[in-house]
Amino acid sequence: MNIHEYQAKQVFAEYGVPTPRGIIAESVEQAVENAKELGGNIWVVKAQIHAGGRGLGGGVKLAKSLDEVKTLADEILGMTLVTHQTGPEGKLVQKVYIEEGADIKDELYLSVVLDRAAEMPIIMASTEGGMDIETVAEKTPEKIVKIPVDPAFGFQAYHGRALVFGLGITDKAEQKKMINFAKKLYDVYMDKDAEMIEINPLIKTGSGDFIALDGKMGFDDSALGRHPDIEAMRDISEEDPDEREASQYGLSYIALDGEIGCMVNGAGLAMGTMDTINYMGGTPANFLDVGGTANAETVAKGFEIILKNPNVKAIFVNIFGGIVRCDRIANGILEATKLVDVNVPVIVRLDGTNAPEAADILKNANIDNVIAATDLGDGASKAVAAAKGEL
Amino acid sequence: MSILVNKDTKVIVQGFTGGEGTFHAQQCMDYGTNIVGGVTPGKGGQEHLGKPVFNTVAEAVAATGATVSMVFVPPAFVGDAVMEAAAAGIELAVIITEGAPVKDMQAAKAFAVKNGMKTIGPNCPGIITAGECKIGIMPGNIFKKGNVGLISKSGTLTYEGANQVVNEGYGITTAVGIGGDPIIGLSYKQLLTEFQNDPETEAIVMIGEIGGDLEIQAAAFIKENVTKPVVAFIAGQSAPPGKRMGHAGAIISGTAGTAKEKMDALEAAGVKVVVSPAEIGKAVKEVLSK
Repeated sequence: MNIHEYQAKQVFAEYGVPTPRGIIAESVEQAVENAKELGGNIWVVKAQIHAGGRGLGGGVKLAKSLDEVKTLADEILGMTLVTHQTGPEGKLVQKVYIEEGADIKDELYLSVVLDRAAEMPIIMASTEGGMDIETVAEKTPEKIVKIPVDPAFGFQAYHGRALVFGLGITDKAEQKKMINFAKKLYDVYMDKDAEMIEINPLIKTGSGDFIALDGKMGFDDSALGRHPDIEAMRDISEEDPDEREASQYGLSYIALDGEIGCMVNGAGLAMGTMDTINYMGGTPANFLDVGGTANAETVAKGFEIILKNPNVKAIFVNIFGGIVRCDRIANGILEATKLVDVNVPVIVRLDGTNAPEAADILKNANIDNVIAATDLGDGASKAVAAAKGEL
Repeated sequence: MSILVNKDTKVIVQGFTGGEGTFHAQQCMDYGTNIVGGVTPGKGGQEHLGKPVFNTVAEAVAATGATVSMVFVPPAFVGDAVMEAAAAGIELAVIITEGAPVKDMQAAKAFAVKNGMKTIGPNCPGIITAGECKIGIMPGNIFKKGNVGLISKSGTLTYEGANQVVNEGYGITTAVGIGGDPIIGLSYKQLLTEFQNDPETEAIVMIGEIGGDLEIQAAAFIKENVTKPVVAFIAGQSAPPGKRMGHAGAIISGTAGTAKEKMDALEAAGVKVVVSPAEIGKAVKEVLSK
């Protein structure tokens, strides 16, 4: 789960990670009120969406008067912000964060992520703040400092030294502030079961202080149960409604832009099914994992979600029955076709325990648009043909 | 021969008396697995499925001589259960549970390694040595005995692959589902070594997916160390970047972890790479009839 910048900064503040002062607004009036309350004569109006690249997309603007705050808030609230991470459809901006202006001397980069190879968190830092870190990694990898921290022993002094010398920070007072900053950020990462924290840019001010000018946090979904404070920050409007509905029924669904709806048990086989459809010249309309125990109810729900997509021209049900026998799944599929009006060809491939019995059940049911397939290759090629109207 | 487990392996079940633990322990016993007892804190002294229940893993090990634990405890308790097994001298923990917090698994794995305990999973179907020992949730009847070793991140693709191998007239020595989480126990490298050293295994099927770089490491390892033919499939060639495809670890981050880079690396290492899982059986036949 991801949270907004303003929420990440709330979490940072809880741990003493320095951030600019700011107040969230959902209306233009509130935005102006917030600017008044913050005082000063420079403010930043920042669109709050779960995607990077907001500045380039026109979602982050500097205001030098309250009038400008008003104009900019009006412009940004309600806009559909398109960035390299939102996709071409963009995201609707429903909240703006009003922040005090900062005295930027230097822009740095700091993040904490899981290093899957080292199997521990890694602190990454760079002097190239404000740039996309993937671009830095590609063009000037020597400008990224990587410091793995073993959680069994925690953040040590040598981690701090590696960080500040790696960033070329020579002033003693600044070194101390930077080390403190990183140590606190590491604590946030561990305590909150974060999956990643990224601060880009982390700025150095004219007076040598380090401040998180931006903040991005993602959390381990499996650990949210023990963080009700983080779970409360969930913004449903940032999630795909179909994906969300599916997850409530224990289904894992991701919409894609093709024509063949897929319903599969197991994530690996679901991806493999999409790959096979592609290989055979078709295009998958979605990823859908119905889980290990596919039954009539989950299959019916799966049909319902797949059919919401108007591009779907055929559905490929690909289930490898193991402990749940295929004959039971076949009956579940027939039952599901009675619960949901399925108006496209459905190619069904059931393999595994009791597969021949399942094939008989489907055949004897004699439903026009339910077509049995013998194996994965056969099913995929029939689905591709059906989507082209050639079956 | 086989790898890691066989008909003599003594197995306990952590989370023995729970719904999942009970159902699958019974299935494993029906397959022939030598389950010698189980652990459910507070239920020590009882009998379940005809086997003794213990309060702690240490007691279970002392009383039964078990060397392997099959872990079915709920996600929030998996890390602790794995550490308990390691501390009690268990040699291999097979962790079936899905949804364990990454931080817990990070600590549990580090602790297991320190104590010399191997782990498989979490979020995996388990391990099966055909005809001898099933420790996990896979349908045992698919895995006919033969000479092909199988390593897979995905549960149902393990079944799919094994089934195709059997349909081509071959069979399985041992199949291991290593799990699709960001942090897992035994991985391709260690298991490739085991299969390379197993005289009965003549070919290896390796099924991977997008995310992380375990398959790339495996490719480098195969090039240097594996002389037996390897067939590989990588799931997620058509997956969009930045989306988590069902498994917690199956995500393309930026430009890293794509199916293509993994397939290229494996191909360069001399592996027979197939573009669809539907081709696994045929590819095995091809490499074995050379």
